[in-house]
Amino acid sequence: MHVPDGFINAPVSAAAGALAAGAIAVCLRGARREQAALSPAGAVADGGERTAPLAGLVAAFIFAVQMLNFPVAAGTSGHLLGGALAAILVGPCTGVLCVAVVLLMQGLLFADGGLTALGVNVLVMAVVTTVVGYAVFRGLVKVLPRGRRSVTAAAFTAALVSVPAAAAAFTLVYAVGGTTDVPLGKVATAMIGVHVLIGVGEAAITALTVGAVIAVRPDLVYGARGLTVPLKLRVGGELVDAPAAPATRAAPAASASPARSHRTLWAAGLLASLVLAGFVSFYASTDPDGLEKVAADKGFDKGEKEHAAADSPLADYGVGDIADTRLSGGLAGVIGVGVTVVAGSAVFWAVRRRRTGGDDGPASTAVEGTPTPRAVGAEPAPRAEPAPRAEPAPRTQPAEDA
Amino acid sequence: MGAGHAHRLYRHARSPVHALPPHTKLTAVLCFVLVVVSTPREAVWAFAVYALLLASVAYAARVPPAFWLKRLLIEVPFVAFALLLPFVAQGERTGVLGLSLSVEGLWGAWNVLAKGTLGVAASVLLAATTELRDLLLGLQRLRLPPLLVQIASFMVRYGDVVTDEMRRMRVARESRGFEARGVRHWGVLAKSAGALFIRSYERGERVHLAMVSRGYTGTMPVIDEVTASRAQWTYALALPLTALAVCLLGWTLT
Amino acid sequence: MDPHVTTTRPAPPSLEVAGLAYAYPDGHQALFGVDLSIARGERVALLGPNGAGKTTLVLHLNGILTAGAGTVTVAGLPLGKRHLAEIRRKVGIVFQDPDDQLFMPTVREDVAFGPAAAGVRGPELEARVLKALGRVGMAAYADRPPHHLSFGQRRRVAVATVLAMEPEILVLDEPSSNLDPASRRELADILRSLDVTVLMVTHDLPYALELCPRALILSDGVIAADGPTGELLADKDLMSGHRLELPFGFDPKTAAREG
Repeated sequence: MHVPDGFINAPVSAAAGALAAGAIAVCLRGARREQAALSPAGAVADGGERTAPLAGLVAAFIFAVQMLNFPVAAGTSGHLLGGALAAILVGPCTGVLCVAVVLLMQGLLFADGGLTALGVNVLVMAVVTTVVGYAVFRGLVKVLPRGRRSVTAAAFTAALVSVPAAAAAFTLVYAVGGTTDVPLGKVATAMIGVHVLIGVGEAAITALTVGAVIAVRPDLVYGARGLTVPLKLRVGGELVDAPAAPATRAAPAASASPARSHRTLWAAGLLASLVLAGFVSFYASTDPDGLEKVAADKGFDKGEKEHAAADSPLADYGVGDIADTRLSGGLAGVIGVGVTVVAGSAVFWAVRRRRTGGDDGPASTAVEGTPTPRAVGAEPAPRAEPAPRAEPAPRTQPAEDA
Repeated sequence: MGAGHAHRLYRHARSPVHALPPHTKLTAVLCFVLVVVSTPREAVWAFAVYALLLASVAYAARVPPAFWLKRLLIEVPFVAFALLLPFVAQGERTGVLGLSLSVEGLWGAWNVLAKGTLGVAASVLLAATTELRDLLLGLQRLRLPPLLVQIASFMVRYGDVVTDEMRRMRVARESRGFEARGVRHWGVLAKSAGALFIRSYERGERVHLAMVSRGYTGTMPVIDEVTASRAQWTYALALPLTALAVCLLGWTLT
Repeated sequence: MDPHVTTTRPAPPSLEVAGLAYAYPDGHQALFGVDLSIARGERVALLGPNGAGKTTLVLHLNGILTAGAGTVTVAGLPLGKRHLAEIRRKVGIVFQDPDDQLFMPTVREDVAFGPAAAGVRGPELEARVLKALGRVGMAAYADRPPHHLSFGQRRRVAVATVLAMEPEILVLDEPSSNLDPASRRELADILRSLDVTVLMVTHDLPYALELCPRALILSDGVIAADGPTGELLADKDLMSGHRLELPFGFDPKTAAREG
């Protein structure tokens, strides 16, 4: 999925670089807030200084998990891209930083992704996936009934939307700064079509992974905090209240105002609908036609064999092809429409339920209100990345955490 | 992820290029690639000159051509993409061997291929001649935000540790007879990924504790700093400056 | 309870803990009122089965965890926000997994981290690093990345990272875990050669007996026994009552005499 040099012209690459730098600057500040909010009980410091080691380890995790192969069928396999997953697990700003650092190191150490295209890569793969994924996730978590299942479902949808959103962002950048005059409709169709499929795989894996984490350490899932009870201490047989300050990671989360959560809900819903509407219109406006579609697909998803060193763990870094492009083309359309319908009705159902039930979703976070819209604002500059580096399955089943 | 100092693309040698301070090399490569990307694609000869320039750097760095060329394989996916451009691009078409190809597409393919290859080649050279640690120092010196450098350095330090953990989990799965063969096994794999996340995160917490125990308050103490003399800068920037001259020539001649 | 009023001696104890209780955010309580005192220059073993709260106690000693109730005093300084930096310098904790402790790209930088964070710079920093590495016999490895070292070497470097801060008290969490016999002996030699107060948290009883004249038993979140290591280990009822078991064929009485 990494864009090489020469794909996007110099001015647009530079502009994307500037935008990416801006987004990262915002996230650097936001990440401290997020990690402070996640700070454990009893910590003396505010927790902001936890950002570097934690984000570093999460970046190492993203890097490692991108090598974890998920077999699809008949020898093909896909792997996680991780933007949405990172956002849900550690928060959007930290997520952006982690993915951006992974991209930076991949570019410098493995020559994976051009240096001039770094800005584009960061915008498309770090900023767009993470921010879109997180916005959708929070929106859904808020409107769905409370519970582990809802979190998993929200994670599924978030990851599902985040990948084609990145593809759309790429297309946008390509439209502005592409070096070759390719029919844009075709680029968009191919990119987004293929990425809806990838998104389905990403969604399943993300949802399953989030489900697995939530089952064991719910307190580690940034996007789903707010389920802890006040502490009691027993000293010599007597129960004593623990001091209020260390009262858990969830404390800051619980205090957010309902007004803000409403606004976030609407922003997220609106964003989700816009993104989805985007897909539909793409499909409506361009009829994928036979040969060229196939050709484009083939070119777009040559995600494999990136790394020469076959003995390295990177040998299996990117894998598998989308086997049948014709199938994928057709499926993409169906899935795109299906997803839109499902997500649309989910939003409707949820909003109505909210109005009648009046039951509040999980507490909103103190952080999300601000960074999200800002980072979304940074999105117009993105640009294209051609090859999805691996593609999860054309087939998939909704997340159910085992 | 490489093993701390020696990452996978790194090739140990003593050469003038290895000896250059990392931030000068980073700057040089970035400028060079920028220049290459800005060159008009019609100036075919200019790209040949760039390739020659890089080859001479590779020679000076004692990077064997076989090593270098093998690492270029990373861009294979884009070669495939570039080859498609002549078929899908718009505009005037021309017949080659009975195929109708877009002229614009042919130029586009050439453009992506030439610039992409040069970009990868330059990055590979940088990675082959710069140790991981130095790369991080260079980034720090180039005023990348300290937090970002810290995150990168933790990622570098623990990349192997986390990857090893993942490998051990796979071995554990496989020794109990589990082999992921299809979509229905995703649940198990995702559980591993979840466990890996928890382990990584908890290790992050422990690392943080270890740091705090030794007086960490949010900023890394400066222990090493790299500096470059004027001569080293000149030496490093010779590459992008020559390239810039070629590029300007390319613009005037076409 | 205010123990340090009564202890007005010329050299305050290196470590004094009184009534310490703590529960984790998930509600699990680990400590139920711990009292202990360690005089300067002592080498003390803190023994206890898995899950007794040993590591939790260690995290209180330099203020990483804040007590739910009770106090910690280090060399006369009460633990609190005001003395936090000073106390973190005085209490050197060597964690169980050296990979957690060695977070910098090279051994040298890692050892330098503590003193550098305390403001030491230049040649003085370099000297401190070399001295600390010399004390654990790892000076030749200064420029190696930590994960190229063997496990035993990593643990020794971890000790050096803490020694470089010239601590008042050295706290080791399971120092002998995962070490082969040779590395174990080397580490013991190093620890014996140091002239700092040592608190060694372990369930490796022979190691405790070998290194520490005095031992405490932490069980179910309280100090259950305090006395000479040899005597505690010889008390069969006490040992089995707290899930502590001597290795097969090990007799504390004969071992103590030989040592």
